[in-house]
Amino acid sequence: MLSVHGVSARYGEAQVLTDVTLDVQQGEIVTLVGRNGAGKTTLLRCLMGLHRSMSGRVELDGVDITRRSSHQRARLGLGYVPDDRGIYASLSVEENLLLPPVVDERAWSMDQVYEAFPVLADRRRQTGTHLSGGEQQMLSIARVLRTGARMLLADEPTEGLSPLLVQQIGDIFRSVREHGITVLLIEQNLHFASSLADRHHLIARGQVVESLDNSEVKEREHELLEYLGI
Amino acid sequence: MDALLQQIFTGLVSGSFYALLALGLSVIFGMLGVVNFAHGAFYMLGAFGAVTVLDTIGVSFWLALVVVPLVLAVLGMVLERTLVRRLTSLDPLYNFLLTFGLALILQDLVRLKYGVSSQPYSRPDLLQGSFNLGLFTYPRYQVFVLVFSIVVSVAVWLVLSHTRIGMIVRASTERPELTSALGVNVGRWVTPVFGFGVALAGLAGVLAAPMRAVNSEMGGDLIIVIFAVVVIGGLGSVFGSVAAGYLIGMLTAVGNFYVPALSQSLVFILMALVLLLRPAGLFGREESMS
Repeated sequence: MLSVHGVSARYGEAQVLTDVTLDVQQGEIVTLVGRNGAGKTTLLRCLMGLHRSMSGRVELDGVDITRRSSHQRARLGLGYVPDDRGIYASLSVEENLLLPPVVDERAWSMDQVYEAFPVLADRRRQTGTHLSGGEQQMLSIARVLRTGARMLLADEPTEGLSPLLVQQIGDIFRSVREHGITVLLIEQNLHFASSLADRHHLIARGQVVESLDNSEVKEREHELLEYLGI
Repeated sequence: MDALLQQIFTGLVSGSFYALLALGLSVIFGMLGVVNFAHGAFYMLGAFGAVTVLDTIGVSFWLALVVVPLVLAVLGMVLERTLVRRLTSLDPLYNFLLTFGLALILQDLVRLKYGVSSQPYSRPDLLQGSFNLGLFTYPRYQVFVLVFSIVVSVAVWLVLSHTRIGMIVRASTERPELTSALGVNVGRWVTPVFGFGVALAGLAGVLAAPMRAVNSEMGGDLIIVIFAVVVIGGLGSVFGSVAAGYLIGMLTAVGNFYVPALSQSLVFILMALVLLLRPAGLFGREESMS
């Protein structure tokens, strides 16, 4: 569904990504695992068209989107959940949900969203940033579901959440997959990642150092934890 | 007491101009990240627009109130498309130089044609004379300016808070990059928003023509105060810039009443205080500073 060929990226003088090649199949949940500063967030920003100085090629369902602007990518079905959740302080909860345009007929209706996330219905008139961290994370994911995006790119959605909430977010991603939406997820929590995903790409110093199936990750969990230093 | 009230009223009328100008400046800054130093020049062009269409083709004040802002909106959109847009991805300093240069060019062009003396523009017949406001009488035209500016500000606020366009402008102002990653074509709205901000400056200029000295310097004198107003209200906060506009107008007038010597510097003292105590401005959000 999504393929990344030889993507390199720089921040000024610093090389942040070197020749990253990976793919995500339709209906999969795939994670990018690695420690802070490994280049995971930059990779997601490259996929979303937010990082300008990059080379290589990005394809979505066989269509080369490397030169497309980020709003065009969103309209082609990429949904973005940024690392800070990206909730607007100047928009109400409901407006946060309504802001992105609907891109596909699979899009959830507002009723569906509110049924799946009752807490958002209760707080629909409140300012988006007045929600708790977990609620903001739900809002950020629900916002993508309402557009009908084919693929969800989520930047560490479990960061800073309590174990109970992490579990809830895991359940949300499972139901997202059941709705036929493909997920590429940044995750530092290897245990959580292996409880959810099909495949994993290990990122270190801006490169994909290993690509593993979930069973391999479970077998080698200790070794990998040590290697990643997380 | 009556004299003080009258002074406060005068302050609110000055505040009407501050509010309209700060509103346009704030919307433009929010959406483009550009501090428009040519804003005062557009205000001046608004006033000269009213004078010119009256002198040449006999367009009345009322019609000028519609036509001149529309023409300036077009001018603003052309300038955004041809000049401002090319520099927005660069250091903000480039657009500072561009808009500052534009202001100087526009001022000099007007001076070339009209010289430095002020142009006469009479009040519309309907607004001659005074209203009796109970405690004091006040020129009808000034009352009209105050009411009109409040109506315009409220209308803009309603559009921003209750329409889809308003939602997109608020979102793009807060997080332009994220908004485009969510599928909104932010670039498409930049040109009309710039045009709209310039039109508001033009509208303020038309309103100023019958009561202020219409000359090439009128914008340059005002714009410095407007920057202080926008900073006090909170950069990028639309509500803040309008509220600060009326507030500063009023406080300056009251200050002028008690300590005339302070009247010019009071607004800057206030700005310094606000920056010390609330760097994001009275109505700005801290996170929107980043």
